[in-house]
Amino acid sequence: MSKKYDVIIVGGGPAGLSAAVYASRSKLDTLLLEQNRKVGGQPTTYEEMENYPGVLDTTAPELVKNFREHAEKFGTEIERGEVKDVSLDGRIKSVTTKDGKEYRAKSVIIATGAEPRKLGVKGEAEFKGKGVSYCATCDADFFVDLEVVVVGNGNSAIEEAIYLTKFASKVTVIVIHEEGVMDAEKILQERAYSNDKIEFVWNSTLEEVKGEGLVDTAVLKNIKTGETTDLSCDGIFIFIGRVPRIDFVEEELELNENGYIEVNSERLDTNISGVYAAGDVRDKYLRQVITAASDGAAAAMAAGGYIEEEDYWQENVLETEETVLVAFWSPTNEESLEVINRLEKIGLDAKLVKIDTYKNTLVSERYDVNEIPTVLKIEDGEVVDRTVNPKLEEINEFI
Amino acid sequence: MLEVNKENYEEEVLNAEGVVMVDFWGEGCERCLELMPDVEAFAEEYGDKIKFAKLNIKGNRRLAMSQQVMGLPSMVFYVDGEKKSHLSGDELTAEEIEEEIKKYL
Ligand SMILES: Cc1cc2nc3c(=O)[nH]c(=O)nc-3n(C[C@H](O)[C@H](O)[C@H](O)COP(=O)(O)OP(=O)(O)OC[C@H]3O[C@@H](n4cnc5c(N)ncnc54)[C@H](O)[C@@H]3O)c2cc1C
Repeated sequence: MSKKYDVIIVGGGPAGLSAAVYASRSKLDTLLLEQNRKVGGQPTTYEEMENYPGVLDTTAPELVKNFREHAEKFGTEIERGEVKDVSLDGRIKSVTTKDGKEYRAKSVIIATGAEPRKLGVKGEAEFKGKGVSYCATCDADFFVDLEVVVVGNGNSAIEEAIYLTKFASKVTVIVIHEEGVMDAEKILQERAYSNDKIEFVWNSTLEEVKGEGLVDTAVLKNIKTGETTDLSCDGIFIFIGRVPRIDFVEEELELNENGYIEVNSERLDTNISGVYAAGDVRDKYLRQVITAASDGAAAAMAAGGYIEEEDYWQENVLETEETVLVAFWSPTNEESLEVINRLEKIGLDAKLVKIDTYKNTLVSERYDVNEIPTVLKIEDGEVVDRTVNPKLEEINEFI
Repeated sequence: MLEVNKENYEEEVLNAEGVVMVDFWGEGCERCLELMPDVEAFAEEYGDKIKFAKLNIKGNRRLAMSQQVMGLPSMVFYVDGEKKSHLSGDELTAEEIEEEIKKYL
């Protein structure tokens, strides 16, 4: 049997690497699986990193390289592997990579990010590598003194349009919204407006890509009038958002209507206990490096707490020979404190385990404890008796 | 692996007999760097049947465009100097490249 880790993190972008820092620093045995040789996720593919607080003169690739070093410093193991299959139910979870290797762990953090969305218009696939591009840093060099089109109006699209003006002689941005309306942040919009090389076509989408061998025409469609026009250009960059990478967990995990993983709380816990989702792959408001890093931290700490609770429960309740009384209490519930008090005073010939329902929601949920005080009697791992809201004199009877 | 550029492209690729695969890459192209070790391994494995070459587009942009390459990564296959197929895209995988190589064995 393969080694059992505490935490397996799937995906080595900002979210995964940040989770790795937090997990391995809190002494969890941590493995990070990344499909690419180069760890770092999306920021390995663009230059500017202007909004990560405290980081002023570092490029995006440098920043994620530092993330990696930081994770390795605390002992994270990083392996190359594309996760294709998972088995997440139960206490020991496993993930399997494309080359058939299986890894096991007590908890799993999904941090697989998102991939560029394809527009799916005529000619788009045919002209890939021949003028249609999804990566400005890869392909900008080809377009020195040439004219390009950028499709999209979110942060990435406008950032990359500005970047492309360092190479191209003209950048035409195709915006689906009304004149003056873009999804990108204001600061980026202003920069784009004041850039002489950038022009806008409003109310429009890309309808078709045409060319002979190489791209020479973008066919645009005005969504208001339905009219199409040919715009001659040498390249077409498509940045119309991204889609979450969830193919290997779509059967197991709850997703929202757009395919992003749903989490239940700030702990970033999914519908399967011990499984967390962090970064661009989950349903959230803002998809940036800083929020990905924040997610990684929260998910790793939540995973750590989960493992601790599970291990404690396993050892003290399920695997013990003794009869166990589990008292669910909360510091703000007077009656529950009295019950605990009483249980501690009578000479029990059972073991007493106290669960603070405020901190440990997992166990309460698993045993359907909705009211406190509740006391469970557990023998050989099974609940044999239960009392809810007992009167103090009933407790003697119960035990 | 053989490095080609605008000086030797004609001789090494266009006038070459048999099958040549050219890996067009660039320093700013993360996917290219990611695939490079795989391509090197294919060159080792299939090098007796196919000639493998790589071309850094820096300084060779016009040459690349003359070969109708305007995006990276691009793997272009030639048979007796004639361009036969062109794989590209930032999600191009090593498996897809190997599959294509096998068609020319
Ligand atoms: C052009 C562009 C410009 C941007 N500019 C900025 C900016 O200026 N500031 C900012 O804060 N944010 C910016 N962003 C957004 C930011 O990069 C993302 O929000 C962030 O990278 C999300 O991190 P992540 O870890 O969730 O996902 P990702 O960065 O997508 O990382 C996911 C990782 O998981 C790996 N993976 C996927 N599937 C598997 C699998 N099955 N098995 C193993 N590994 C897998 C991937 O290879 C990848 O390395 C930009 C994005 C783009 C595209």
